[in-house]
Amino acid sequence: MARSGPPIRLLQNWPAKLAATPMILTALVVFIGCSLWTVVHSFTNSRLLPRLDFVGLAQYERLWSTPRWQVSIENLAIYGILALVLTLAIGFLLAVLLDQKIRFEDGFRTIILFPYALSFIVTGVVWQWILNPDFGLQHIVRSMGFSGFTFDPLNDSGLVILALLAAGIWQGAGLTTVIMLAGLRGIDEDVWKASRVDGIPALKTYLFIILPMMKPVFATCVVLISAGIIKLYDLVVALTRGGPGIASEVPAKYVYDYMFGNQNLGQGFAASTMMLAAVLAIIIPFALFRMGRKRHV
Amino acid sequence: MSDAAYPAAAAAPPRSAAPRGRLLDGPAGLAPTRRLSGKRIMIYGGLLIFSAYYLLPLWVMVMTSLKGMPEIRMGNIFAPPVEITFEPWVKAWSSACTGLNCDGLSRGFWNSVAIVIPATILSIAVAAVNGYALVNWRFKGSEVFFTILIFGAFIPYQVMIYPIVIILREIGLMGSVWGLVLVHVVFGMPIITLLFRNYFSSLPPELFKAARVDGAGFWGIFLRVLVPMSLPIFTVAVILQVTGIWNDFLFGVIYTRPESYPMTVQLNNIVNSVQGVREYNVNMAATLLTGLVPLTIYFLSGKLFVRGIAAGAVKG
Amino acid sequence: MAQALRADPRSELDGVSVSIRDLSLSYGAVEVLGDLNLDVNDGEFLVLLGASGCGKSTLLNCIAGLQPATEGQIFISGKNVTWAEPSERGIGMVFQSYALYPQMTVEGNLSFGLKNARVPKGEIARRIARAASTLQLEPLLKRKPAALSGGQRQRVAIGRALVRDVDVFLFDEPLSNLDAKLRAELRVELKRLHQSLGNTMIYVTHDQIEAMTLADRIAIMRGGKIQQLATPDDIYRRPANLYVAGFIGSPPMNLLPGRLEGNIFHGPLVADVTGYDFTTRPRGAEAVLGIRPEHVRTGEAAAALPIQAQALVEVVEPMGADTLVWTRLGDTPFRVRLDGEDRVRAGQVLSIGFDPASLSLFDAATETRI
Repeated sequence: MARSGPPIRLLQNWPAKLAATPMILTALVVFIGCSLWTVVHSFTNSRLLPRLDFVGLAQYERLWSTPRWQVSIENLAIYGILALVLTLAIGFLLAVLLDQKIRFEDGFRTIILFPYALSFIVTGVVWQWILNPDFGLQHIVRSMGFSGFTFDPLNDSGLVILALLAAGIWQGAGLTTVIMLAGLRGIDEDVWKASRVDGIPALKTYLFIILPMMKPVFATCVVLISAGIIKLYDLVVALTRGGPGIASEVPAKYVYDYMFGNQNLGQGFAASTMMLAAVLAIIIPFALFRMGRKRHV
Repeated sequence: MSDAAYPAAAAAPPRSAAPRGRLLDGPAGLAPTRRLSGKRIMIYGGLLIFSAYYLLPLWVMVMTSLKGMPEIRMGNIFAPPVEITFEPWVKAWSSACTGLNCDGLSRGFWNSVAIVIPATILSIAVAAVNGYALVNWRFKGSEVFFTILIFGAFIPYQVMIYPIVIILREIGLMGSVWGLVLVHVVFGMPIITLLFRNYFSSLPPELFKAARVDGAGFWGIFLRVLVPMSLPIFTVAVILQVTGIWNDFLFGVIYTRPESYPMTVQLNNIVNSVQGVREYNVNMAATLLTGLVPLTIYFLSGKLFVRGIAAGAVKG
Repeated sequence: MAQALRADPRSELDGVSVSIRDLSLSYGAVEVLGDLNLDVNDGEFLVLLGASGCGKSTLLNCIAGLQPATEGQIFISGKNVTWAEPSERGIGMVFQSYALYPQMTVEGNLSFGLKNARVPKGEIARRIARAASTLQLEPLLKRKPAALSGGQRQRVAIGRALVRDVDVFLFDEPLSNLDAKLRAELRVELKRLHQSLGNTMIYVTHDQIEAMTLADRIAIMRGGKIQQLATPDDIYRRPANLYVAGFIGSPPMNLLPGRLEGNIFHGPLVADVTGYDFTTRPRGAEAVLGIRPEHVRTGEAAAALPIQAQALVEVVEPMGADTLVWTRLGDTPFRVRLDGEDRVRAGQVLSIGFDPASLSLFDAATETRI
């Protein structure tokens, strides 16, 4: 009789459990373990080496009174809001334009998306060249006769964010366009037929019918763009190196410089914990929203 | 297509009804198409303006890299070269100076190759098995680990980079190419696991059941039934990982030593090194060289690239 | 006592191919299968029939070992296979979506299971040849599934079960992906196959025509429980409860609520049910009278029958061979199925009649047959 004993729980399905060990280790050791380690050490006065010498909120107090951090946060906020709004607007506009049954759609999409394949370092170096005051845009406009023309964002602390935006959107808006185009294509053709039968102009259909139906797609884009914004680092390093002065510093660069440059680990830990807090503030409501929606379906 | 055995969802476009006798005079047949209405001009105009924004930097890069320095100083960055020279490319590849040495980008290129190949293979192998286990062999807690993994994709790397330095130092991989490979496997895991999980769960579960009735086990089903029919998704994963790992800067600069810096780090060091006269043509050639691998993949893969990022993004 | 029986189940498993004992399955608080008992005889064709979500496919997956049960036991060919792997249970299975391995040829699909079981090469070739000739697959052996039609794919899927040389075949809605014409053809082919092989077959479907035509016995399931287990004829003529009565038959049985006093039913019509074959005496007076649309007679034929009424015709649906007439008895909708030759118009008053022997009566409180 092929009557084996009842299966032992832990051994049940053991090849799957064994195969999933890298995933389990990554989830537990890296994503949870390392994050917690950093959060805990942000309350210590670690400098050259991590030490468990707790000093309460001292690192955070110092962090928020450091001008460079204040500038970083301000930059991230300005860059973040502008990049988010512009990327969404350009992405949606381009997706709508591409959705008009145009010729060469593949060609246009290839052009719009190709910078996304490039690294931020390459992007930064290219835009550094285009915005070069002596040879780039400013030089060309001046040589066309407008000799008084001044546009030098890389050396103007008030405009340097614009340089980051131009490069950042150049690199990333294609992704948003493609996702939005997929969203537009996912909308039932019958919606369009119904709006044509009802005689609603295309622009109105887009604004009042399609746009509300795209809410989940927009939510996805917002999360993706925001995650990218908070990680903003390579582009700054390659395009401005935080300059002029500290005018284009961002939190991720602050963390790196304090951890590996200034050997002030505590500051790096505190700053990175603040970044984590910012991400959680975006992610948790979004996750709750999606979980709630799933439960209701 | 290997998955053509399953009914495609695509519906044929509706065919127009056959013409019937005309009852009344008035419009009949196809409406005349106005080839260039105002609306069309606006659509194409808008697209062309955006295309210029996207293409001009590429144009400027190529043109600059083909000019000599005297011409650059005199002329305009958008103008094509009067005299084409490949000197900047040669110099960028073999003798441009970083802060440390003057043997060009070639060293970084080969370093990147040595990092990308094992990191791509390992990360895809691990993630594909993860996706398979998550879909077909769920165990208690598997969904919890997956949720943590997806959350992990959004944690800023800055929070984890330092403890990882400690871990790599403990296991003796700090500074080595293999340490960096491990880091790429770890941080590539969320998105690639998601990619495979979504793909495997789109396959009919009955295929898996049939293979179990046929007596295949965990690895048998994976290697002999699922992998052979998943080549498109493996291609997508390879595209994502090769471009992603090639373009990485942060991990490269943290976890490797200068002699094994990847290409992006070297490019940054060449362009932003403060010593000597700035040679913009060499910089642009170096930039193009660094972007060449991901750009080639992008232009060759076309729709698969789009499918890859869309699969990762929309379903997540 | 039940414990004692379970200790040595062999004696009572004579002639029983698949036996399910006290099987239950729940996901947390949700009960999918509840305390199920079912014996399938050797060589029997048993159909599990029910609406989607009734647990029929889950039960089949439990028998196959693809879904571990929470409690209970499963015996196949006298062996307790409750904890055995699917491939060790002596079953072959055919799925709705065919589930052919797309990158293997037909031959590869047929031999995959045998290779896994390390069957010698000569034996594999012999079994494939036999299955291929039974199912007329010889010209297709070198093709891949993508190059086959739906009907051919399903025949390959059946072949994959056939080569395993097993006692029990499990079918999970195997014909549902095919179009109506092919479905009818393969239905006959399956019946022929069963007659020539004589294996036990357990067949899940939501299609009552398939169930009625193929089954030796039908088990009608709802909410993880078996509502009635009987021959197709019994299920059609003597439904065990209101659910089965409403589920089987298209259009379904007319169900008229009312009261039963003695042998007189008072409802939308008054009927003397003398001649009805009572199973039990009703507990209360509240009852439901069921009569199939096709058992209702009209006109002169009705005049001769013990139960008669007048019905107002509302809608007429001619379907060729027969005509479905939607009428009202007072306020209650009432369906009548007439021969295609009969001419009826909306607004007409129709004399109807039927025989108490063709009725079903149900207790309104317990919903079971009386």
